Amino acid sequence: MNRAARPVMYAALVLCALLTMLPFAWGVSGSLRSLDEIRSDPGALFPHHLTFGNFTRLFETQGFGRFLVNSVVVALIVVAGNILAASAAGYALAKLDFAGRRLAFGAVMAAMMVPFTAVFVTQFVITVDLGLADTLAGIALPGAALPLSVFIVRQYALSVPDELLEAARIDGAGEFRIFFRIFLPLAGPAVATITIMSFLNSWNNFIWPLVVAQSMSTYTLPVGLAATSQAAAHVTDYGLLLAGAIVVMLPVLVLFLFLQRYFVQGIAGTGLR
Amino acid sequence: MTTTLAPAAERARAVPKTAAHKASRARRTAVAWLFLAPFGLVFLVYTAIPTVAALALSLTDIRGADLRTPFAVDFTGVDNYLRLFQDDTFVRDILNTALFVAVGVPLTMGIGFTLALALNSGISRLRGVLRTVFFAPVVTNVVAVALIWQYAFHLDGTVNKLLGAIGFAGPNWLDDPNLAMPVVILLGVWRNFGIAMVLFLAGLQAVPRDVYEAAALDGAGRWRQLRHITLPLLLPTTLMVSVLLTVFYLQVFDEPYLLTGGGPLGSTESVALYTYRQFGAGEFGMSSAASFVTLALVTVVSVVQFRLLRSRT
Repeated sequence: MNRAARPVMYAALVLCALLTMLPFAWGVSGSLRSLDEIRSDPGALFPHHLTFGNFTRLFETQGFGRFLVNSVVVALIVVAGNILAASAAGYALAKLDFAGRRLAFGAVMAAMMVPFTAVFVTQFVITVDLGLADTLAGIALPGAALPLSVFIVRQYALSVPDELLEAARIDGAGEFRIFFRIFLPLAGPAVATITIMSFLNSWNNFIWPLVVAQSMSTYTLPVGLAATSQAAAHVTDYGLLLAGAIVVMLPVLVLFLFLQRYFVQGIAGTGLR
Repeated sequence: MTTTLAPAAERARAVPKTAAHKASRARRTAVAWLFLAPFGLVFLVYTAIPTVAALALSLTDIRGADLRTPFAVDFTGVDNYLRLFQDDTFVRDILNTALFVAVGVPLTMGIGFTLALALNSGISRLRGVLRTVFFAPVVTNVVAVALIWQYAFHLDGTVNKLLGAIGFAGPNWLDDPNLAMPVVILLGVWRNFGIAMVLFLAGLQAVPRDVYEAAALDGAGRWRQLRHITLPLLLPTTLMVSVLLTVFYLQVFDEPYLLTGGGPLGSTESVALYTYRQFGAGEFGMSSAASFVTLALVTVVSVVQFRLLRSRT
């Protein structure tokens, strides 16, 4: 690139970056304003007086502590499920020679294609039948073994040399021991990717928890935030809602800043989230 | 590590194929299915059975109240599908979804591609930071973001304040049937261009440098290099990204549901939102039929995707 074009390019890119960040800035600025201030000057770019009152109100009167705990519990179940169930399946598909392997792999690929909107009605009926409606387990289970995670682990496992596993087999190690003691420790990058993918999936999931959670005691953060927003619609208590938005977004954004590489790998590498 | 394992690997290859070996294959099959069991269970309960059941339900007149007596439900064949396409609301929602795809996909790809090209064009400073910033919307929570957009786009909101500062009287974006959809699509584009950008970046980095050097020696300028080298070589990436985004946008639910609730006057209601509404109204048969229309569309696009990917590798 020639010398004249370079500063123009930088300027354009920085402008784009600022535009991209605008919604975050609006959210943060609005969350730090009082209700009175938002009412008297709704569109102001910056707070005149900083207040953290919206955040304390969220946790003291709106039950956000409970939603936060629920979101964390659901995410833990989902992540643990993916690390164990999806890794085991991905490993078996890549490294174990067995009857029905092509069929099983075909099922994983097909499962990645089924759109959520096509199955959530019957998923809900089944969840009710299993007695899991309005429980955290009912919210977590469908995401606890994502086909995408299986696929990611399988792709990774293909690159692990067979000799390594065969050697352990000859030395008398059982298949489960090989999986836990040899494969999983080696599969760090794949496990990191599926951990982040499934965490993101769980933390940001909205429509499924919305369908399954029927009382405030099982609301996850996004569902709690949406409910708060409906309840607050007539007062347009935007400070409170924006504070809620920040509480919902912050954990993921912080994780993203530290583990960006894996986020990008997981989402872009497979094109799904 | 390899040195200690090598002799064992040698031994592994030396094992002859005997009857005992065959027996061990049966054992291995059993063990493999044991590995697959936890995933398989979740797959059966939450994907396989629901898909088949949804197809079955879509052929019946089942309603919410029938759930306790599923055998009292009548088989009505393709009746629900016929009703769907006679329903003006559904036809409108199909058109809305098509609009979302038709505008959202090229816009998302255009922005993603332009940024990828800019980030790949030899700038070194800020590159990592910029990539992080452009990708950040992808990981944000849509409920949270939708609230921020409502705050910013309401009549007295920040967007109109900014417009006012440069002399425009801003409209009531989300209450105007002609303006609500552009804002909803913009939210979709904002949340997804980072994915397109990263995929294009990966594609660009796979183009060998010396192709450009050869072209430059032959006197090809930047524009000709873009047209005759970059674009043709990126065709597989472009196809993949377009299919991916099409599948995303065909199922669009969160953005319209949260930003406008499908309004005003149904101007932003998508097929997925229609499915959800029918479900909420207890019309499980109709809801399942609508969901199968989505499944059919997504399957067509996905099959095309797999064909294209296979022909590439």
